[in-house]
Amino acid sequence: MNTNDKLLDYSIPQLLRWRVNTSPKRPALREKDFGIWNTYTWEDYYTYVRKTALGLKAIGVAKGDTVAIISDNIPELLFVAIGAHSIGAISAGIYQTSMPDEIAQILDYLNVSAVFCDNQEQVDKVLDVREKIPKVKKVIFEDPRGMRDYMSDNWFIDIKDLYELGEKEHEKNPGLFEKLVDQGKPDDVCHLCLTSGTTGLPKGTMMTHRNYINMGVRLTEVDPLEPTDEYVSFLPFAWIGEQMNSFGVAMATGITINFPESVETAMADLKEIGPHFMFGAPRIYETIRSEIWLKIDQSYWLNKLFYNYFIKVGLEAAGYKMTGKPMPLGLKIKSWLGTQLVFRPLVNQIGLLRLRRAYTGGAALGPELFTFYQAIGVNLKQIYGQTEITGIAYMHRDGDVRPETVGKPLPGTECKIAEDGEILSRSPSVSPGYYNLPEKSKELLEGGWLHSGDAGFIDENGHLVVIDRLSDVMHNNKGEMFSPMFLENALKFSPYIKEAVIFGDKEDFVACLINIDPIVVGKWAEDRGISFTTYMDLSSKDQVADLIMEQVIDVNSRAEKEHFKIKRFALLYKLLDVDDGELTKTGKIRRKFVRERYQNLYEALYDESVDKKEVEASFQYQDGQTTTVKTSISFYTVKGV
Amino acid sequence: MAQLKVSDVTLSFGGLKALSHVDMKIEPGLITSIIGPNGAGKTSMLNCISGFYHPTSGEILYKDKKLTHASPHQISNMGIARAFQNLELFSGLSVLDNLLLARHQNLKYSFLHALVYVGKASRIEAENRAYVEDIIDFMELEPYRKSLVGNLSYGVQKKVEVARALTLAPEILLLDEPMAGMNQEEKEDIVRFVMDIQKERGITVVLVEHDLGVVMDISDRVYVLDFGEVIGSGTPEEVSHNPKVIEAYIGED
Repeated sequence: MNTNDKLLDYSIPQLLRWRVNTSPKRPALREKDFGIWNTYTWEDYYTYVRKTALGLKAIGVAKGDTVAIISDNIPELLFVAIGAHSIGAISAGIYQTSMPDEIAQILDYLNVSAVFCDNQEQVDKVLDVREKIPKVKKVIFEDPRGMRDYMSDNWFIDIKDLYELGEKEHEKNPGLFEKLVDQGKPDDVCHLCLTSGTTGLPKGTMMTHRNYINMGVRLTEVDPLEPTDEYVSFLPFAWIGEQMNSFGVAMATGITINFPESVETAMADLKEIGPHFMFGAPRIYETIRSEIWLKIDQSYWLNKLFYNYFIKVGLEAAGYKMTGKPMPLGLKIKSWLGTQLVFRPLVNQIGLLRLRRAYTGGAALGPELFTFYQAIGVNLKQIYGQTEITGIAYMHRDGDVRPETVGKPLPGTECKIAEDGEILSRSPSVSPGYYNLPEKSKELLEGGWLHSGDAGFIDENGHLVVIDRLSDVMHNNKGEMFSPMFLENALKFSPYIKEAVIFGDKEDFVACLINIDPIVVGKWAEDRGISFTTYMDLSSKDQVADLIMEQVIDVNSRAEKEHFKIKRFALLYKLLDVDDGELTKTGKIRRKFVRERYQNLYEALYDESVDKKEVEASFQYQDGQTTTVKTSISFYTVKGV
Repeated sequence: MAQLKVSDVTLSFGGLKALSHVDMKIEPGLITSIIGPNGAGKTSMLNCISGFYHPTSGEILYKDKKLTHASPHQISNMGIARAFQNLELFSGLSVLDNLLLARHQNLKYSFLHALVYVGKASRIEAENRAYVEDIIDFMELEPYRKSLVGNLSYGVQKKVEVARALTLAPEILLLDEPMAGMNQEEKEDIVRFVMDIQKERGITVVLVEHDLGVVMDISDRVYVLDFGEVIGSGTPEEVSHNPKVIEAYIGED
């Protein structure tokens, strides 16, 4: 039995109290404000949670009520969430990019009685739909900036006033808070996590205290963390990825959570902190790699020479490291030299030098990216799981990183493959179901197993391999199966391609829409003296099309089966975007929606006589305005497919 | 009682009258805008207030003190700060250094203190840094704190220019076309800052601006200049119905 197993009998607030008793003066949270990192010890953390909890009680939040959080990552967000947990209420995170109507629907569905917003931007959205959300009693805000006209309205309350209410309550009844915390049970639902919802309104996944804590305990059984370790909080709180770290991992291990000054400064703040582990969607790692390449490209010749030589050595060495095979001595020496001369300084530049492990999850990452990161000395590993199983259930082990798999189950997680190929899992981290959706919950947990909706198999090493969404796997008109996501990832490995959407379901051949990477292709064009203005203009350049053609031919040459080869493609005039509904909040493609939106392009892709077409491009801005631009778009056929 | 009173100011360069017999009252805590066609004398008016030019005749009173012959640095010490139309920043210095430099008048320690750098000198430096950080937070410049000003986009540089004026802790802020050369989104951004400067920091704002939509939206008082003369003044509502103003802007018939 693991020593940490006793933690599983606590609720999150009880575990917080336990942390205060063990290490009251150690830093729990840190926030950069006015250019300085400010520390909250575990004791401070607990005090703020108490103030918030009793404050929430004072404004009428009762046991079982829901408190929604729409905020960038700041310590107050945890005070509100865990404060709510302390009085038996439930927290729920809403993405900051959500539109007012969407927020209204979610608030209504989750029966929210109080909302916490970080600033006026979010407050305004809630205010916009005030009539539609009669159940919301109070809107709590953190930053009073721009709120002067709302002060007279007692629907709003400054979090400082909430603290004061809580403090008064505490003075009146000093034992109350402890009594409330004692009432918490590990199996109570404490948070509603919105699933990304590739279709329709998101569902609120009910999460219990034990779900989070179990995940944190089991994860660190495999990859231990020290209480002195640092973590930088930059993922959206509404995503399970952030909650599992702040509720699960941090509580289970006592690490410090660092909050960046603002969303824009997150990467610079990361460099200042030098975290020991990080977690992110593939996009983050793709972006960091693009930046590295760009920096090397802009560097002077000696740096380039060293980098180009040692990256080859590094990639070769990475092959050995990932499979745990012993390295030949010559390679070992060269690889050590490369690490000292090039990679350590390089990784230090991005602030990842202290990093012991980096995890990627949420979507698939190109195998080449793993090798790249392992080559420069960043231990990047794949994790796999759903919101419904607290994010992580499967993970690569150190020295056993096989890019094509998602690794082995965490301790205490059972895995089974259903007859139709669906991945089923079972563990104490599995959610009890969806909020107020008994039918859906039943489907999800049929037969006591969590149904992932993903197709996969277990390979000969005991690693789980995920093929694609069960519903996303496509068949061409000859009935041959292929995975669009797999081909998209192969394309996206090219630095010039940012996003790709593969079509071909019930068609003769595979075709795709491609988004070029504006930064990398922009630099490429600059270097060749190709002038361009906007993204749309750059995408329509013949030279750029030739460049992408080379990439597609390269991907085709590595295709395992003949029917995987891409025959036609077009360069899309705009980047697929979350605001336009083309990507989910976590950056996955909404296939059906994209197909409908670009129906005219789709038709042209499958009409081989078309090589140019006039289209009307519409753009939606964040404030809801739309504009239309006329443009012509070219279609390219790959020869020999 | 007006915070700043301009009475009968005339400014001539040789035979050319840039301003003739201008009267203005800047009320505390309000946004007062000066508008007018090109060459109407808007910037000349600001130059007179901030001491770059001295009026040929007439006088300018600030809280009953005569500004008419004061020099720019005296005026800035009295609490009137200005953000320039054409950026006046050190492009080779970081945003932080530009802002810290603007507070040099608050660095009241001696050379010896600076050498030792304990006690007074370090305390004053820390106070200044805290003040500057407050402005950085207010103007949302955190991502650019350590960036060289010359490397920043025009829109951000404009924000730095306004921030530089704010670090002087002024009572009156003169803004000379803060929105010139900006796109719609950047304009909306600056408008929000101008309103916050007035409402949250309680600073009187004098705004020279071309964009009539913006001026009519946010101003409490408007003065219209044409060929150096005030041809209309009052609330935006009054001014927009003033026949002389309409004529100056749209032309006769």
